[in-house]
Amino acid sequence: MIKTPIYLDYSATTPVDPRVAEVMIPYLTEKFGNPASRSHEFGWEAEKAVEQAREQVAALVNADPKEIIWTSGATESNNLAIKGAAHFYKAKGKHLVTMMTEHKAVIDTMRHLESEGYEVTYLKPEPSGLVDIEKFKAALRPDTILASVMLVNNEIGVIQDIAALGEICRAQGIIFHVDAAQATGKVAIDLAKLKVDLMSFSAHKTYGPKGIGALYVQRKPRVRLEAQMHGGGHERGLRSGTLATHQIAGMGEAFRIAREEMAAENERVRSLRDRLYKGLSQIEEVHVNGDMEQRVPHNLNISFNFVEGESLIMAIRDLAVSSGSACTSASLEPSYVLRALGRSDELAHSSIRFTIGRFTTEEEIDYAIELLKNKIGRLREMSPLWDMFKEGVDLSTVKWASH
Amino acid sequence: MSYSTKVLDHYENPRNVGTFGKEDEGVATGMVGAPACGDVMKLQIKVNKDGVIEDAKFKTYGCGSAIASSSLVTEWVKGKTLDEALTIKNTQIAEELALPPVKIHCSVLAEDAIKAAVADYKARHGEMQGEMVETAACKG
Repeated sequence: MIKTPIYLDYSATTPVDPRVAEVMIPYLTEKFGNPASRSHEFGWEAEKAVEQAREQVAALVNADPKEIIWTSGATESNNLAIKGAAHFYKAKGKHLVTMMTEHKAVIDTMRHLESEGYEVTYLKPEPSGLVDIEKFKAALRPDTILASVMLVNNEIGVIQDIAALGEICRAQGIIFHVDAAQATGKVAIDLAKLKVDLMSFSAHKTYGPKGIGALYVQRKPRVRLEAQMHGGGHERGLRSGTLATHQIAGMGEAFRIAREEMAAENERVRSLRDRLYKGLSQIEEVHVNGDMEQRVPHNLNISFNFVEGESLIMAIRDLAVSSGSACTSASLEPSYVLRALGRSDELAHSSIRFTIGRFTTEEEIDYAIELLKNKIGRLREMSPLWDMFKEGVDLSTVKWASH
Repeated sequence: MSYSTKVLDHYENPRNVGTFGKEDEGVATGMVGAPACGDVMKLQIKVNKDGVIEDAKFKTYGCGSAIASSSLVTEWVKGKTLDEALTIKNTQIAEELALPPVKIHCSVLAEDAIKAAVADYKARHGEMQGEMVETAACKG
């Protein structure tokens, strides 16, 4: 018997792996010391845990542990990286480059910098969701100080060629920041080889706890940042605040597991995703959003044409998924990521993001396929657009009332 | 987003889904909204010789509240004359379904659908006053 609702929203957050929870607990109760306490055993014990976790996080991305700064999550890491570098290097220039499909934590940080007098170029991706390297190159200027491009997109799961982008930035002396919140444990990251100066991480997308993340700050060549949080000078003065030992220990263990199990897990997840895709492909008029090759195995973002996303989510309440339709907002605007891909508004409104993970089973995928086939049939029976499509009406030629 | 039990009921058991035959007499159609906005409602009414709406059907592309609003108005217009049907206000629909503020546009669209269907009937029967139906699609 299948237990519902079935969780297929692993890109929103993941459950904490039980092995991770086990590692965390002692640091809440017995080993509660402040890692900054240098004068007694409680502090030393906590500090040891923090440093071990730092090594585990560094090991997943092949970095030096000294390059890892603890933060509260990827949002803070993105803020610290982008604002910190922009402020520190403002004498050099005030131009930044990013993409229209970045996470809000990057986009809104950039918008804030614009209000401070910086200039930002937001690159439009190709219809595949990937950045065109030549267009990226063309956007760089002599006064560009930083470029920020995410490794894995949170909505469509596409993987950007950060190796190539890094080479271009390094050659021009531009700081390159990468938001890797959705990438850890899904794609191999080798910071010893990549020309990346700053990289943001989150624990809770990789089976660790919420509320903890990290920022990689390259030492050679050294990248300087202006701290955004001031206080006791923790984390080499870059991020003050008492370290959350239990969260940090959890992130370390989560990243250790990711490093050891990534290869096998990705294959298993890929086969589930492909099974889901195959099943859903039997439905008429389905469109995958984003490149299917340059993509993490966990993600399937698909538009069911002529069915509105929110009503579909309501129909499939047994599945915990995300919709690209934001009908609940006053603006009624569909996903900005799908729009940046050039998807029509109606296809964007009809999109569902399935993200599969460590605890997804084949039975759950099969249940999801059957449920979707049924419910999409039912909603299309109710859809005037489906009727028009079946009658051969080209919806793009219809003049809609007052639009 | 949580839905009221009435929205859920109409969504799970929509009343009067469907389309009248093209040859049926006394049928008029109102289609409002736009796919780009995430809402399209098609309301059909069947009017008898006495000018009373004896049957209604709908098809809707939209969220649960949009489907519920259109389902509800098919029930409400039945048995009403055209002029009586025009007195149905979006506020009554929103109140009946306990729609939250972000979903008020769904009830507005349903009211527009009634107006559009009645206008279509009048146009077909030579009563068109030349008045255009204003719709509120995509305006929130």
